Amino acid sequence: MSNHTGDLTISQPPGCTENTVTNETPPAPIASTKGLNADLVFKGVTAAFAFSILVILALMALEMVKESLPTIKAFGWEFINSSDWNPVQDTFGALPYIWGSVVSSILALALATPLSVGTALFITEIAPRKFGGVVASLVELLAAIPSVIYGLWGVLVMAPWLQQTVQPFLIEHFGFLPFFQGAPYGVSMLAAVFILMIMVIPIITSITKEVLLAVPQSQREAAIALGATRWEMIRMAVLPYGRSGILGAVILGLGRAIGETMAVTMVIGNTPQISLSLLSPAYTMPSVIANEFAETTSKLHASALMEIGLILLAVTLVINVMARLLLWGMTRQAAGGAK
Amino acid sequence: MNPKVKIDKLNVHFGQTHAVKDVSIDVPENTVTAIIGPSGCGKSTMLRSLNRMHDLFPSARVTGKVLLDGGDIYDRKVDPVSIRRRVGMVFQKPNPFPAMSIYDNVVAGYKLNGRVKKSDADEIVETSLRRVALWDEVKDRLKNNSMELSGGQQQRLCIARTIAVQPEVILMDEPASALDPISTLKIEELIEELAEKYTIIIVTHNMQQAARVSDYTAFFYMGDLIEWGETKKLFTTPEKKQTEDYITGRFG
Repeated sequence: MSNHTGDLTISQPPGCTENTVTNETPPAPIASTKGLNADLVFKGVTAAFAFSILVILALMALEMVKESLPTIKAFGWEFINSSDWNPVQDTFGALPYIWGSVVSSILALALATPLSVGTALFITEIAPRKFGGVVASLVELLAAIPSVIYGLWGVLVMAPWLQQTVQPFLIEHFGFLPFFQGAPYGVSMLAAVFILMIMVIPIITSITKEVLLAVPQSQREAAIALGATRWEMIRMAVLPYGRSGILGAVILGLGRAIGETMAVTMVIGNTPQISLSLLSPAYTMPSVIANEFAETTSKLHASALMEIGLILLAVTLVINVMARLLLWGMTRQAAGGAK
Repeated sequence: MNPKVKIDKLNVHFGQTHAVKDVSIDVPENTVTAIIGPSGCGKSTMLRSLNRMHDLFPSARVTGKVLLDGGDIYDRKVDPVSIRRRVGMVFQKPNPFPAMSIYDNVVAGYKLNGRVKKSDADEIVETSLRRVALWDEVKDRLKNNSMELSGGQQQRLCIARTIAVQPEVILMDEPASALDPISTLKIEELIEELAEKYTIIIVTHNMQQAARVSDYTAFFYMGDLIEWGETKKLFTTPEKKQTEDYITGRFG
């Protein structure tokens, strides 16, 4: 017996002696106590880190609600229903900003979605594997470009091109439509739509690519064996299988577009107006916050910016949750379909 | 009688691997030919070369001839899509399209021919599902999602989808290996019935299954065709020692 306990103490790492003191009868499990304690500490620390994120988010939301109470009390629903934004007279209506954000983001997505899905299909279904990989990493590189660079390019290169070439062309040939009326300014809703389109393409493309890669090969083979061409296979087996995932990718792109600040501020013209014409300048929620926070004229003005921020936060949260749910449903379906 | 499918000195390479070596088999019309052999012996690879499925994988190289009614399907002028409409395929795991209803799954391939009248589609769906003995089980829920069905029902749905295109030859790659015994039995009965109208080539792991359903059997080992002939003869008086060892369970 004594021989046995002797073995135990030898096998114990030196740091464990404290534990042996506190325990009256220290047989077998002693050797693992150190690992257990370290595990508990590790668990506690990581849990604290994870929890702190939630706390920060909750505190932020709480603070924003608190700070925007003055305008919520003063204007109520009128805040999101009125176009009158006048810091000098302390009247605030955020509708032009909401309009600008929603319209620019949705139009950008409408243009970016087919381009992105097409690119993802090219990468996964059509290009030779190596070449597809090169294209995929180039597209992902686009996502790494800082948005101020996009904005600079937009305002120095794209806006003049729009002003001198694209917008006069649109006015001349499609001027009868309400969307292409007015003077060519260059900086405009159209410029913001284009910039946002370029900026969301990498996100939608890379997520769609992952979604398409998750489509089981057996689905493609099923379509091919029925005598489908490559395009028919994509339409019959690949896209339907990935549809919820692709929708999730698009919605994540929407979240990115609606929160984009810098590039949009630089090209949209920053004029709070609601116009059907894509040629006229507009304004978005993030842009007005970025432009006015440093020179708030009154407490109410600061509160109005805070409430816009609150609306923006709520919208992006809802959009992201929706996207995650769709992507989650997609992976669950992939797991279920494999049975 | 000319064979429906004549495999003539067929070789398949995957990169450095020589998966199918110089194989020649004649498959008569309206018969069931079983391909047996241990795992990795090249039997699935052989099967997939009969409707040019290897075209999907650039690493596969097929040489030799596969004659369908006397015409080489690997002829450069032949469109592989047209071959696959004549030579259908059923896979190991049931793979219905999960985003489609039962009805839409059955007509999925048929619709590739162009616009389809609703009445024609209805008829195709009913006859195809009746032929695979699934009609009575699903006729009241044709618009429901195909993933509601059990594994065996899904596999029969996949067979219905294949015959809806009205192929001449049906390739089956271990069609019952993922199914329970009762579903397996149903698939086997189905194969015998289908042989009245179609030429069937089936890869199977299960020797009893080969003995039960097939008219001809080919035994593969390490990419070589060891022996082929009438099933009864191959299972009772095999010519080669290797075949005898395999069917008596001495290896494999």
